[in-house]
Amino acid sequence: MHAAVLVFPGSNCDRDLAVAFQAAGAKVTMVWHKDQGLPEGVDIVGVPGGFSYGDYLRCGAIAANSPICGALKSHVERGGYALGICNGFQVLTETRLLPGALRRNANLKYICKTVPLTVGTADSAFTSGYSKGQRIDIPIAHHDGNYFADDATLAQLREEDRIAFTYGDNPNGSVDDIAGVLSQNRRVLGMMPHPERAAEPSHGGTDGKQMFAGLLDQLVNA
Amino acid sequence: MKARVHVMLKNGVLDPQGEAVKHALGALGFDGVQGVRQGKVIELDLAEGASEASVTEMCEKLLANTVIESYTVEIA
Repeated sequence: MHAAVLVFPGSNCDRDLAVAFQAAGAKVTMVWHKDQGLPEGVDIVGVPGGFSYGDYLRCGAIAANSPICGALKSHVERGGYALGICNGFQVLTETRLLPGALRRNANLKYICKTVPLTVGTADSAFTSGYSKGQRIDIPIAHHDGNYFADDATLAQLREEDRIAFTYGDNPNGSVDDIAGVLSQNRRVLGMMPHPERAAEPSHGGTDGKQMFAGLLDQLVNA
Repeated sequence: MKARVHVMLKNGVLDPQGEAVKHALGALGFDGVQGVRQGKVIELDLAEGASEASVTEMCEKLLANTVIESYTVEIA
């Protein structure tokens, strides 16, 4: 499996994400935001957490219009995989590759702590290493993670089993406790929690590890 | 020419910052503030002859996220 990790000015989880992919056995190429294209043979694009472009205008809005995101859209349109974590989730909603939007946390505070999540579906390459309904602990660290989608979109997400993770104890006001959602073809996942920060024992938890292991398993055998 | 773009959260989308401002006003003794919505104003300095349609396109593509925000354009 070949993973590309995008790097924007202000990204700060790009190396962590690369390490998590590598630890699972993937080849990783870091790709700068000004690049027009992705390297040959990339299976999955990781859009990392951080504060791309200083969160100016709206989180993820300027990154979503950067040159590399044109290549990201083409990659996804060709059926490629993408994983957006935290700011990466914001970028994926701003590009409209995922539905909805992320607003300021309901309590207006930046929240940095490990939270319990419930796996909403095991039916994706990202979540195949978990079972539906499984409780896992994954850290969050964000100011704008309050997920919003209109009622019609929420109904569609439920109908199509695309809610990948929900919060056990909603920290940020997200509608329906949503922490992560899948695209219609189930090949794009955006989530506010950071699985790459719970991928080895020294992180204090390893519940994120199965995501990367599961991805490798699914994409190598695909 | 100048254009002024007002971006607001859509009605029905909770505005936590507006709510916090409302509470702060109440704490200062300003009674009767029934609602506060906070938005942003973006001023554009445009070359003569720029069209309002181009500003609308800017709003759709970047300045507003129309999933949660609405916008109005004022040409001055």
